[in-house]
Amino acid sequence: MATLKVLIVDDEPGIRSGISRILKNFSVDFPFIDEAFTFESIEAGTGEEALDILNAGPIDIVLLDNKLPGIHGIEVLEHINQKQIDTTVMMITSYASLDLAIKATNNGAYNFVPKPFTPQELKTAMEGITKHVYLSRMTKQLNTEGKQIRFQFLSVLSHELKSPINAVEGYLRIMQDKQVGSNLEDYETMIDRSLERIRGMRSLIMDMLDLTKLENGKKKREITKVDLVQIARLSIDTMTPMAIQKNVKVFIDSDEPSVYLNADSSEIEIIFNNLVSNAVKYNVQDGSVTILIKSEGNKIKVSVADTGIGISEEDITKLFQDFSRIKNERTKGISGSGLGLSIMKKMVEEYYHGQVSVISEPDKGSTFIVEIPQNS
Amino acid sequence: METKKKTVLIVDDDIDSMTQLTMHMTKMGFNVISADNQKEGEELINANKPDLAIFDLMMDNKDSGFILSYKIKKKYPDVPVIIATAVTAETGMLFGLNTEEEKKWIKADLYLEKGLRYDQLEIEVGKLLNL
Repeated sequence: MATLKVLIVDDEPGIRSGISRILKNFSVDFPFIDEAFTFESIEAGTGEEALDILNAGPIDIVLLDNKLPGIHGIEVLEHINQKQIDTTVMMITSYASLDLAIKATNNGAYNFVPKPFTPQELKTAMEGITKHVYLSRMTKQLNTEGKQIRFQFLSVLSHELKSPINAVEGYLRIMQDKQVGSNLEDYETMIDRSLERIRGMRSLIMDMLDLTKLENGKKKREITKVDLVQIARLSIDTMTPMAIQKNVKVFIDSDEPSVYLNADSSEIEIIFNNLVSNAVKYNVQDGSVTILIKSEGNKIKVSVADTGIGISEEDITKLFQDFSRIKNERTKGISGSGLGLSIMKKMVEEYYHGQVSVISEPDKGSTFIVEIPQNS
Repeated sequence: METKKKTVLIVDDDIDSMTQLTMHMTKMGFNVISADNQKEGEELINANKPDLAIFDLMMDNKDSGFILSYKIKKKYPDVPVIIATAVTAETGMLFGLNTEEEKKWIKADLYLEKGLRYDQLEIEVGKLLNL
């Protein structure tokens, strides 16, 4: 239950206490809001008094009469507008002229209620204003949160992009200054590491592009009948060089030669590429990867099981966050952007209303399971 | 006359950055002890008193370097600390020691942007240790 502070500004004590009484036993709720709103009244008999109260602390709603003994309501409104006080004003006035109405609206008054009004009229007006207050607050909050997330993302991204540049630059300077002598062979590790960092950066850029597609690419989606088995084969082809290096065997296990889904094939490729490349990358020498694709009831289930290093329970919770990389003795030297799984999960959930889950045991291996409803 | 080698503690989770720093500091005549994560860094702080510490900022946590800096200064207030990071002001994220509030708990003596040149590093280290 949330309580909104209402400042009632009117020179007639009878009107003030009348409104207070009505609001005391009144609450507003909407089907889309979990909590009900109640009201706490604060009364002011003059515009000057109202300004003191407004300057002293937050007031959610102001019910403002125009004709007041000292400064007029419209001047109170101008002050609120100028000082950018965060409140919503409803004018209650019996001498409402068109001129005043325009002036008040220009100064940000939300609504007009002509006096005299019935309790029901006041309640209806309060419902409207409460909804307005709630919605504008929610919008504001969402905007700030959105900005925050974007900001954090950019700062981490700059860190992830600059680290490899710094590493390569550092090695090049060492070579330039011939710090370990003039034999090229002595710099071999540095050259290998530089190339590795450049590879890592390239994959980060590719992942970034995937993420950008995900964030603003809805209009460009091309939904066709996509054969998941075929896409899985393509992913395996892409990963073959790395699989050969580690002597990891990759198998497809599917009941049928083709399993179809209405989807955008480039998105499905991203999903499979992420699953298969992780399964190979985090595997052990001579390990294996088994890809299962099947249609189960009205959903499609894809699971990719590896015989790799596995993930601890604690690390699983961080697994799908942007830029999250599990750091331990066994992941040392494996490069990655930390974006792959986060992209894949977003894609499965947002575009296909599906789910991603993982079962893993350290030193035994991990199985990633993607389930997608067939008529999504 | 033989002087005892000075020890530098380096904590950095980027293996290349670590390799390069180790190389440069060794060349400068330091004995290097190192860790690649915050936890091991803390263990090293508890077990040794180095003459100088260089910490990366973002490791296990986004503020690992600050935490290590705080811990080492609490234990050995006289050990100079350098925080080196690739995070910069370009994104609007200021990680320097700018506000009084930050200076109060982040006790690093110097904040360096990574990609630092060997000669710059040598000058800065020399200043911090009055060499």
